[in-house]
Amino acid sequence: MQKSDADQPILQVEGLRRYFDVSAPWLNRVLEGKDRSIVRAVDGVSFEIKRGETFSLVGESGCGKSTVARLIVGLYGPTAGSIRFEGTDIGPSAERARHPDLQARMQMIFQDPYASLNPRWRVGDIIAEPIRFRKLLKDEKQIAQRVGELLSQVGLSPLDARKYPHEFSGGQRQRVSIARALAGEPEFLVCDEPTSALDVSVQAQILNLMKDLQRRLGLTYLFISHNLAVVYHVSDKVGVMYLGRLVEWADKKILFQRPLHPYTRMLLDAIPDLDMTGRQRTPVAGEVPSPLNPPSGCSFHPRCPFANERCKSEIPAVRAVEGGAVACHAVEEGRLPPWKIQAAA
Amino acid sequence: MSQLLEVNHLRVEFPTRRGTLVAVDDVSLHIDAGEVLGVVGESGAGKSMTGAAIIGLLEPPGRIAGGEILLEGRRIDNLPYAAMRAIRGRQIGAIFQDPLTSLNPLYKVGDQLVETILTHLPLSLADAKARAVQLLEDVGIPSPGERVNHYPHQFSGGMRQRVVIALALAAEPKLIIADEPTTALDVSIQAQIISLLKRLCHEKGTAVMLVTHDMGVIAETADRVAVMYAGRIAEIGPVQDVIKRPKHPYTVGLMGAIPSMGMDVERLTQIDGSMPRLNAIPKGCAFNPRCPVVFDRCLVERPDPMPAGNGLAACWRVMQGAEHAEV
Repeated sequence: MQKSDADQPILQVEGLRRYFDVSAPWLNRVLEGKDRSIVRAVDGVSFEIKRGETFSLVGESGCGKSTVARLIVGLYGPTAGSIRFEGTDIGPSAERARHPDLQARMQMIFQDPYASLNPRWRVGDIIAEPIRFRKLLKDEKQIAQRVGELLSQVGLSPLDARKYPHEFSGGQRQRVSIARALAGEPEFLVCDEPTSALDVSVQAQILNLMKDLQRRLGLTYLFISHNLAVVYHVSDKVGVMYLGRLVEWADKKILFQRPLHPYTRMLLDAIPDLDMTGRQRTPVAGEVPSPLNPPSGCSFHPRCPFANERCKSEIPAVRAVEGGAVACHAVEEGRLPPWKIQAAA
Repeated sequence: MSQLLEVNHLRVEFPTRRGTLVAVDDVSLHIDAGEVLGVVGESGAGKSMTGAAIIGLLEPPGRIAGGEILLEGRRIDNLPYAAMRAIRGRQIGAIFQDPLTSLNPLYKVGDQLVETILTHLPLSLADAKARAVQLLEDVGIPSPGERVNHYPHQFSGGMRQRVVIALALAAEPKLIIADEPTTALDVSIQAQIISLLKRLCHEKGTAVMLVTHDMGVIAETADRVAVMYAGRIAEIGPVQDVIKRPKHPYTVGLMGAIPSMGMDVERLTQIDGSMPRLNAIPKGCAFNPRCPVVFDRCLVERPDPMPAGNGLAACWRVMQGAEHAEV
């Protein structure tokens, strides 16, 4: 199939897995007769992101969405699977080390703006670090000027470069984080819950800023969040994760209009919305099972109202549907009621 | 309906070496029996401080510096410690944000429930134990007979918050102060806890002061809502009116700033700047540096809440007769 350059995905993730060994120490295992325990934090996730797009991953705590983010920027090495950035596999650490040019084109924004800035560095030095590291500019005067530009770009004053992080509020610190991420002139930004530590009015400022920057600089975002309303606002495509697997992904409009996977439906139903005053809803019972001991078959089956014998034994494969893909036996067999009818019932 | 709780001109101060900080300034509100009053605001708006002042749990050096708090017509803000202790738990229950820190990790949840029950109700030990099991069943904990003998760490976050709700309801108080009860929980668990709280309070006729920063939770749960800004009430009124027809420019901005599913906007309404720190609250209306419709009077004179629609709004524009601020 011929694709134009603009359609070429900037990032392709295939069969990505990351397991963590959380076993007790060797002596305890021997004495107490315990087995090794492995958490499958990310268990076979595949998706691709086109240039200039915003792809969001949503899910509840422990579903592996932040692990995916860290795998992509290389803070963890994958257990298996490939991460292709512009066609080059940079999954294994050795491969990544061989392509510093590709690595430099991606940057990350973290959740907690209080923990992600070094409190003993001036903001100017924090932002200049990627410029100095990548030797983008040599002359100190030019660096200072570039830092000033970056600060103005994120809505701060160039004079703020002399200040320390503690002199800023949470929203301003997140602006500094964004300025630092932009300093390395990346094309691809991984944003791990960039606004969840912020108040709503400040969140609106940061989301607006991120959209403006995307338009101006042609950035591609991987956006990680647990807040579906924020995801609806920023994304082009949305993926829903549950216990380390991507259970459904689709274009934003399609996903929110006709969610297929029962878990996606549950999430959409669980969100309190401003229009729902006095609405009575029946919350889905149960909680996310421990990833140490996930249920057999489809990991959502103990909470799923449509589960049958097949769901208990067989892991559903991800199957393409119009505008996206979904991993659910009920969808495949066509025994899932339409979303609107269910909502009215 | 009778007024269960009345707060008049409450002022909470924190004396510090660099001067006195006013965390809550001239807050007046009331809660009727069986009513859910939501209190929203951004961090530092004074919403938790208001709740803490009502149950008498202000952390020193914070203190009530003015105003009065009346529970069923009786003043409770100046009671001695022991008398307040008898009210706390018996007449006013509390639910806090983090369920792990509000339970004692060294005691079984059953023992914590029994202790609360015996402190406040004239029951025998056996009756108290039976009631503890019943309470756990009421809050939807499976096999409560076994679970009473478990420690808090054996419960998940959502289950722990259910135990905390059981504790708050143990002595059947008339009012519960719930301070961000669902903030630490995932959305699916949050939905469970909110509907549980709604159902139990409705069944038992308990009034709730629900303190949260999440407007969605308020929209779904509260009868009336108070919006706080920089230690003061910016707007208070029936929840539908405040959400659909906000009067105060801050509430208008806040509503536009919340992204909503199905709402297709390229940009969210943006209130520039951030809430002033307590040591730098501007003269006049505290919102004036960020207000899009500010005029000269706002810079010099503080507005008190004044009638606007079905509620009250502290804004000079509202008094001028502007239906609601253009943003």
